[in-house]
Amino acid sequence: MENYFKSQHLADFGKISDASPELGKKFFDYYGAVFAEGALTAREKSLIALAVAHAVQCPYCIDAYTLDCQSKGVDLEQMTEAVHVAVAIRGGSSLVHGMQMREHAQKAGM
Amino acid sequence: MREATIRLEDVAADLAQDRATPRATKSLNRRGAPLAAPAAQLALLDSLPLRAEFAALAQGLAPAKLEIFQVNLGKLCNMTCKHCHVDAGPDRTDAMMDDATVDLVLAKIRASSAHTVDITGGAPELHPRFRDVVQAAFDAGKQVMDRCNLTVLLLPRNAGLVEWLAERNVEIVASLPHYRRPNTDAQRGDGVFERSVRALRNLNAAGYGKGDPKKRLTLVSNPAGAFLGASQAVVEREWREGLQKNFSISFDRLLVLNNMPISRFLEWLQDSGNLEAYLERLVNAFNPAAVDDLMCRNTLSVGWDGRLYDCDFNQMLDLELSLPAGPHVRDLDEEAWQNRRIVTARHCFGCTAGAGSSCGGQTA
Repeated sequence: MENYFKSQHLADFGKISDASPELGKKFFDYYGAVFAEGALTAREKSLIALAVAHAVQCPYCIDAYTLDCQSKGVDLEQMTEAVHVAVAIRGGSSLVHGMQMREHAQKAGM
Repeated sequence: MREATIRLEDVAADLAQDRATPRATKSLNRRGAPLAAPAAQLALLDSLPLRAEFAALAQGLAPAKLEIFQVNLGKLCNMTCKHCHVDAGPDRTDAMMDDATVDLVLAKIRASSAHTVDITGGAPELHPRFRDVVQAAFDAGKQVMDRCNLTVLLLPRNAGLVEWLAERNVEIVASLPHYRRPNTDAQRGDGVFERSVRALRNLNAAGYGKGDPKKRLTLVSNPAGAFLGASQAVVEREWREGLQKNFSISFDRLLVLNNMPISRFLEWLQDSGNLEAYLERLVNAFNPAAVDDLMCRNTLSVGWDGRLYDCDFNQMLDLELSLPAGPHVRDLDEEAWQNRRIVTARHCFGCTAGAGSSCGGQTA
């Protein structure tokens, strides 16, 4: 395997079911249901997916959900704001762990 | 009563002087681009490796009752959008309907069983006989649709036009790629969104877009890139909120169209490296349910030179109707038209992808 990431993986994703059809079917049925219109619109779900894709740094998901958001009429400014939400949570998550650091430091320090 | 005669040269001279309308590009024709030729467009589409042909997938496609008489008055436009399927622009005085053909078309409209006359271009409002065509269709009891780019309504020569159209119950079918600035300006030129908003406010002020069926304002959205349009119902809700909240604009309905892979959009697809992936996307999204309501079934499309087609897209590709008497409006016979074979090619995948796409919006 020359590269860990190949764009063709995304198009071939369905083949993951080949070796375990039942689990594959359950997953993809669930996946489809998650993204259907519900209490949240499909558009809102796509924007959440785009933000999460950046948080988990998944190139396949970034590819897929950029196009999906565009198809749902989301423009670049709106997508960029969604990415900043992921960035803020990631950054905030690190920073708020600083509170643990402070507790440890206070306990061990003089 | 005939208005004072307007000369095409004067309209073109005005457009050449017009600095207010933003322009995104130049016409293929003006640039002498290879894809200006319809045959080159068809050859490019045919060269792509697709896994299916349109005719094989859409075998049930057959003519329906004539409902819409669509007239393309010509390619002159105040704008030059990147995705234009007509290759319209301020330079296109070479492709405008002449007086004799206008008179012929008006006679056929009066005799036609179609309930709607759909006037398109270019910017049809720039044709010197535009008001004659609207008036004749209105007098013949037809519902009239004006396919309008919005910014054309702000040109000084069109002062008062909105009110004039309102008096004749003309439906304004206005193209607006997106309800926010970025995607609209990316496709149509910087500043187009702001001018479109001004035109929409004028339309609202004239009573358009407020639920009056005699003053219907329809917006037409198309994707700003190599992807398909979103669900019409969902997009309409979002646009309604967005336009009302940000600009106090209301409209009656929204249509979502796919971009056809022809003319300037085809060139953009090729230049941006999206061509093959876009065609694949269209083929993969082929939706048999979208075939039933395709506009080619119930629409007669008349070109600026009087030739007849199944749709405005076929018109741009020179794929004219094969009728016994010949493909010209002077020989139009609705019975023969009814028995025609609809002409298709690979670009037709644009109309059957996803929820479908037609001059009347999504079809499935």
